[in-house]
Amino acid sequence: MLAFLVQRISQALLVMFVISLISFSIQDGLGDPLQQMVGQSVSEAEREKIREELGLNDSFVVQYLRFAGQAVQGDLGTSYFYGKPTLEVIFEHLPATLELVIGASLIIGFLSVPIGVYAAIRPRAWLSKFFMGISTVGISIPVFLTAIVLIQLFSIGVTVNWFPPETGWGSWLNGLFSTEGGMPSYGRGDGLVHLFGTWHSGFFSSDGLRHLTLPAISLASIMLPLFIRLIRAEMMEVLQSDYIRYAQAKGLAPHRIHFLHALKNTMLPVITVGGVQLGIMVAYTILTETVFQWPGVGLMFLEAITRSDIPLIVSYLMVVGLIFVVTNTVVDLVYGLVNPTVKLTGKKA
Amino acid sequence: MTTATVSRWDRFRESFLWYSFKRDKIAIVSFVVFVAIVLAGVFAPLFAPADPYDLAQINIMNSELPPVWMAGGDAQFPLGTDAQGRDLLSTILYGTRVSLLIGFGAVLMQGALGILFGLLAGYLGGRVDAVLMRIADVQLSFSTLMVAIIVGAVFKASFGNLMFGEIAIYMLIVIIGIAEWPQIARTVRASVLAEKKKEYVDAAKVMGFGTNRIMFRHILPNTLSPIFVISTVQIANAIISEAALSFLGLGMPETQPSLGSLIKSGFDYIQSGSWWITLIPGLVLVVLVLVINLLGDWLRDMMNPRLYKG
Repeated sequence: MLAFLVQRISQALLVMFVISLISFSIQDGLGDPLQQMVGQSVSEAEREKIREELGLNDSFVVQYLRFAGQAVQGDLGTSYFYGKPTLEVIFEHLPATLELVIGASLIIGFLSVPIGVYAAIRPRAWLSKFFMGISTVGISIPVFLTAIVLIQLFSIGVTVNWFPPETGWGSWLNGLFSTEGGMPSYGRGDGLVHLFGTWHSGFFSSDGLRHLTLPAISLASIMLPLFIRLIRAEMMEVLQSDYIRYAQAKGLAPHRIHFLHALKNTMLPVITVGGVQLGIMVAYTILTETVFQWPGVGLMFLEAITRSDIPLIVSYLMVVGLIFVVTNTVVDLVYGLVNPTVKLTGKKA
Repeated sequence: MTTATVSRWDRFRESFLWYSFKRDKIAIVSFVVFVAIVLAGVFAPLFAPADPYDLAQINIMNSELPPVWMAGGDAQFPLGTDAQGRDLLSTILYGTRVSLLIGFGAVLMQGALGILFGLLAGYLGGRVDAVLMRIADVQLSFSTLMVAIIVGAVFKASFGNLMFGEIAIYMLIVIIGIAEWPQIARTVRASVLAEKKKEYVDAAKVMGFGTNRIMFRHILPNTLSPIFVISTVQIANAIISEAALSFLGLGMPETQPSLGSLIKSGFDYIQSGSWWITLIPGLVLVVLVLVINLLGDWLRDMMNPRLYKG
């Protein structure tokens, strides 16, 4: 186990090293910092002097070591746009993204387990086929399109007059297909509650929760089909195993077999895959946050790109890289702990 | 045609592939829709009522007209117009063309990278394998979309907006190719590992053929069918990635729109009630991706001998 631990952590460090190297070369490759710092009137001799003072004439290795040394101490530079240390800017935006991810994860958790289990227990029921069909379609819809449709339906609202409104059933049908609108589709609202540090939470006010609803549903929509399929596939495999047949032969109640015995072994691979997917969700937060102008790190990153705010871009890559690496390492370690049959050498088959 | 010689077409007609295709309604419908969309895209200049790239044909007075079936619609613009007054049907046809071009181009690109790296990793093994697959693992753990966004951001920042806009199609093909090669490389590597234990490879080695010849002429042809299956799904993925990048402003410029940049430019006007500018291209995108995914699913079931039902 110790060897596995050491190997995984050293691997994580190596990946972090490569990420920092790539991030640093981006910083190095994107234009001349002097152009952004000094004006036209500065002479070439003075430029050379500043260059020397800033250490821009040092070799790539020396510059990288300096960058890495500062990064380890938590100094990733200063944002051009915000005029503040980039880490500070990121930590101001991080809570919004985390709340979005938590909201979406809750939706995924509460919907995917019952639907997945149901589809596994009754694969031939029309409701299962309906859910599986929806999830095939769901995988094909990009997250920003789901978000736009949700905005059209529940924020702007749709008034339908396909049926003759004079008749009673006509206006009833029109009302049935029309949507009210009015859900907020922009930002996080006014009802933020200060928790600690830079964390202002929208979980504790109805306005905050209303603002969270549409973005969280959008973000959940992209992962939900995947989890439903995963849970269904795992559950169907578990249901074939001997111990389930034995439990059935023993005459245990079906709900006890399904939800107590089978679900336990279904959730193991689901949780590990889920851990990795949680990291991947960070990529989708960029799209979701753009649509809803949600003030999280994803939107911040995109704005940094349009503003050519290079230190902020680099810091974002480093922080997100760290989040990915830590999640993946922890998931690997947890999986190694709960499932000892995983080869401890860590070599994947 | 005489019955003595069996033509390629006859062989195809007697194959299991054609047999199962004829019996699968979803596959037939998906294939017909897919071919229709591809033809509409390829022959966009013939079908489209107007040329969206031609500034002289655009009249700003026609902007944000609704589709013809709604009040205020104009028969000249069947699906309405966008915010610049371009005919939406024409822009969608041209946009589909761009999206398809990038989708297929990106799959060729990742196919080239994936096949090369997959063959090297699988056949040479050892350190080459470890390094290549570790890179693939890390890239996949970041998700291909994230990698595409990062590479796109870097490219855009280093080439500048204007330059990037001019060569955006090639840029996107390269970006998505770089982001998605691990998917193909893994598949190739897995089949190479299975193939290289077979006798014909030993025979080729005994005959003294070089490594390159064995890899590309002997093993590669036997790994093509899984590559073919995964490429289908990868086209759908590439089209979605392109749309996502364009939606984020890291893709096609508005002057030469893809489906993604049409959705993006329409989204700015959704609050003013012009839903058609963003939702109609969105619908085309979803249908295109859906039929490719359905075809990919069908193909995977067919080519996987474990799942043969007959």
